[in-house]
Amino acid sequence: MIMTMVQAINQALAGELQRDDRIVILGEDVGRDGGVFRATDGLFEKFGPERVMDTPLAESGAIGAALGMAALGLRPVPEIQFMGFIYPAFNQIVSHVARLRNRTRGRFTAPLTIRTPYGAGVKALEHHSESTEALFCQIPGLTVVVPSSPYDAKGLLIASIRSDDPVIFLEPTRLYRAEKQEVPEEAYELPLRKAAVVREGRDLTIIAWGAMIPVAREAAASAEADGVSAEIVDLRTLSPMDRETFLASVKKTGRAIVLHEAPKTCGLGAEIAATIGESALLSLNAPVARVTAPDITVPLPKSEDLYYPSAERVLRAIRKLMEY
Amino acid sequence: MIERFDPLKGERLRVLDDEGRAAPDLDPGLADAELRTLYERMVRTRAADAKALKLQRQGRFGTYAQSLGHEAAQVGLASAMARDDWFFPYFRDLGAYITLGYPLADYYHFWMGNEAGMHAPEGLNIFPITIPVGSQVPQAVGAGMAIKHRKLGAAVVTTFGDGATSEGDFHEGLNFAGVFGTPNVFICVNNQWAISMPRSRQSAAPTLAQKAVAYGFPGVQVDGNDVLAVFAAVREALATARAGGGPTLIEAYTYRMGDHTTSDDAARYRTKEEVQEWDRRDPLARFRLHLGHKKLWDEAYEKEVQAAASEFVEKAVAEAEARPQASVEDVFAYTYSSMPPDLERQLAELKASLPEGRR
Repeated sequence: MIMTMVQAINQALAGELQRDDRIVILGEDVGRDGGVFRATDGLFEKFGPERVMDTPLAESGAIGAALGMAALGLRPVPEIQFMGFIYPAFNQIVSHVARLRNRTRGRFTAPLTIRTPYGAGVKALEHHSESTEALFCQIPGLTVVVPSSPYDAKGLLIASIRSDDPVIFLEPTRLYRAEKQEVPEEAYELPLRKAAVVREGRDLTIIAWGAMIPVAREAAASAEADGVSAEIVDLRTLSPMDRETFLASVKKTGRAIVLHEAPKTCGLGAEIAATIGESALLSLNAPVARVTAPDITVPLPKSEDLYYPSAERVLRAIRKLMEY
Repeated sequence: MIERFDPLKGERLRVLDDEGRAAPDLDPGLADAELRTLYERMVRTRAADAKALKLQRQGRFGTYAQSLGHEAAQVGLASAMARDDWFFPYFRDLGAYITLGYPLADYYHFWMGNEAGMHAPEGLNIFPITIPVGSQVPQAVGAGMAIKHRKLGAAVVTTFGDGATSEGDFHEGLNFAGVFGTPNVFICVNNQWAISMPRSRQSAAPTLAQKAVAYGFPGVQVDGNDVLAVFAAVREALATARAGGGPTLIEAYTYRMGDHTTSDDAARYRTKEEVQEWDRRDPLARFRLHLGHKKLWDEAYEKEVQAAASEFVEKAVAEAEARPQASVEDVFAYTYSSMPPDLERQLAELKASLPEGRR
């Protein structure tokens, strides 16, 4: 069936609720309203208020409660309405969700999948456009996943829900309805901790995820006109990171660009560039380039286009690397 | 009984008076053997706590949060719990751990600096101690939601101090509990001090129990140095919770006789007179009087109880200290359900750098 990413997510959730009655969804407006992006549309009607719970407006309360539910054998899938509102729950995520397995030496675990829309590009209000994935990648115990297409969203979300580890599942709002794709009706899993080469090329590697994948594709298509063949690696799971896939690609192409929507400093680009420096230095024909948002607060919608990396910026980085 | 004591009117539930005489209409009516068990648990708690402090001073323990003065609250609340109830503690709950049958050697092992001590034995529904203040409250509510969802018929007890009532998680948790009508019993062990901050600097409300009113469920203040009052209130609240009657907030009014932790010096911020005043209300002394009135206590019994407590404690110390140091694998193993390649590499690198005996 041809569908958008938000429909694919909805289908993944419906299928998992059907398959496993330990799974519960909770969050603000996820029930009767079906979620502000309609990701949980129709689930309340189908599975009832015991499985799809509208909670009071309190993110820390919801994530703390989800952890308690998980410890007693449920598989909660809480939704934080926007990533910009996840910070009240940061203590629960960092101090408890991420480390419950470790601090009880495996007696209790917190297999939650925390879904949240993230990223700029939909002309939303202040606090609705941040990409702070790196904050979570620094925390041992968390798995951080970002899909870049409807097909991936369904397969990665199902794998996340079935994972025994807590997952921060970041859904790029910009891609929710950006493209439609053939998505199988039945359940399927895409492996976590595994990157994918989504475009093959010879001359350089672009490493990206989420909403930056279409930007990378656009830049790669333009570069083709210059006779440059770009490979694109979609990281898919940001942490724990699959380094082998992009290292193999960079060793083949000899050039690398890390592309992300988050600010530059201490972004994942730094981690990826350092990994390439550690393990593929002698394969490089040029320094690793980073194309990222600047280290500024996400501007309001009228200036949003200045913030997230454009295909033009990527293309300029490609040319620079090829001329190095 | 709980509704007879209105926190908004400053009423406090008390079973035992200063002379250890029980109010007949409030006495939970425990059998003689059960009364003695309460006392023995309190004595064990005090002995285990004193030992922990000593071990810390000798460098055999890490930083430790003493329970001195909290024995009635801790033992009373845990004695009211059933085997299938869940416990979400804070960090000053030694008597509850002992009462619930948590191996003291494990508890010590944790405070000696090994996470393995917080691996609750199977069959004990006890969460690890919580250090970030108040964060266990919404978790306990989630446990209550799961119990309701799975129709398990159990209840959840969570403890926290007076300082925790200032935290957002206290509010969020109690608010969720009210909305979802969860089987939770919230026990605020009001020991008057959050490190150096007195109770009056945490809330302008005359009691902490009255906060329950705003969440739409009952709250009661009990004498936290009266083991029978704590037991009776928690037993009733648990019965209400298990029967689907929703949550209760219980404020156990007590005093932290020791420093906040072994890293603290309470003499910097409170007077000797205040501590002496509370020493006169010692929970063990009062309960001893009660047992005396019932002809359940004499010197010979006391000697026997103290000797048993001492043996119990020494055995746990020996067991905890005999445990091997955590292996380097163990320190890595519980980060994820399976070890990612990155961690495997980091483990190998670290191992290679370690001396023979630590690998």
